[in-house]
Amino acid sequence: MSFVVGEHVRVSDRAHVGHHRTPGYVKGRSGTIARVHASYPNPETRAYGADGLPEKRLYHVVVDGDGADSVYLDVFEHWLEAT
Amino acid sequence: MSHDHDHAALDEPAVATRVRALADRLVENGVLTREDLRARMDWLVSRTPADGAKLVARAWVDPAFKERLLSDARRAALELDLDPGPSPVVVALENTATVHHMVVCTLCSCYPKALLGPPPDWYKSLPYRSRAVSDPRGVLREFGLELSEETEVRVVDSTADIRYLVIPRRPAGSEAIPEEDLASLVTRDSMIGVAPALDSLPA
Repeated sequence: MSFVVGEHVRVSDRAHVGHHRTPGYVKGRSGTIARVHASYPNPETRAYGADGLPEKRLYHVVVDGDGADSVYLDVFEHWLEAT
Repeated sequence: MSHDHDHAALDEPAVATRVRALADRLVENGVLTREDLRARMDWLVSRTPADGAKLVARAWVDPAFKERLLSDARRAALELDLDPGPSPVVVALENTATVHHMVVCTLCSCYPKALLGPPPDWYKSLPYRSRAVSDPRGVLREFGLELSEETEVRVVDSTADIRYLVIPRRPAGSEAIPEEDLASLVTRDSMIGVAPALDSLPA
């Protein structure tokens, strides 16, 4: 699934055994796509000696919050869901 | 006092023992050579925040360069004959009167090493990594930086392949300072986003 800047998304709250780059604090939270980065090898397979292909699109997401301050982070496409 | 134990082994931090064991296994299994490891470490310790500071100083004096830095930091570094390193990609973020960026890697210690050198120990520490996202203003206060409520704090967590470099605000009153000297105002911490740039040249 692909997303565009400004689109509202939710970070999957699924458990994942093994290396992955989606921090626990953001799982299950919603946010907005702030930038669309390039695609990169999937760290979840690359960490175990595979080539990480197919590459996964990486998104810069600003997490929904209630204050003026905000948290931005990079989340791979297969961890994002449309809302 | 008797010294019947092995000091080197006992005094070595647990993490260093683990790193050494891991390096030994990688070499034994032919994944890396000792030369690869040494070359990588030599490269890392040859990097310093002076390179990042040159980028920021040029951005302060040349608005067109700043735009190029913001759109493609790698190409901007090459333009100044700086080594942006192999991938990962670096993205520059500009601090303004209303937005302050602060960079963290909550998962490990991702950092724009090619342009800033090795990360400081506190950047890799669990307290910084966990509190930067939960209490950024409290962390900044401990670094001596009190931001007004009008300034939005944007914590940027480098969770994947992108490394983030903050362009701190140019200090007021620095208009007459030449570019080479401006770079001396740009500290490592200001490019991580936990401090402003210096107001005046270090004595």
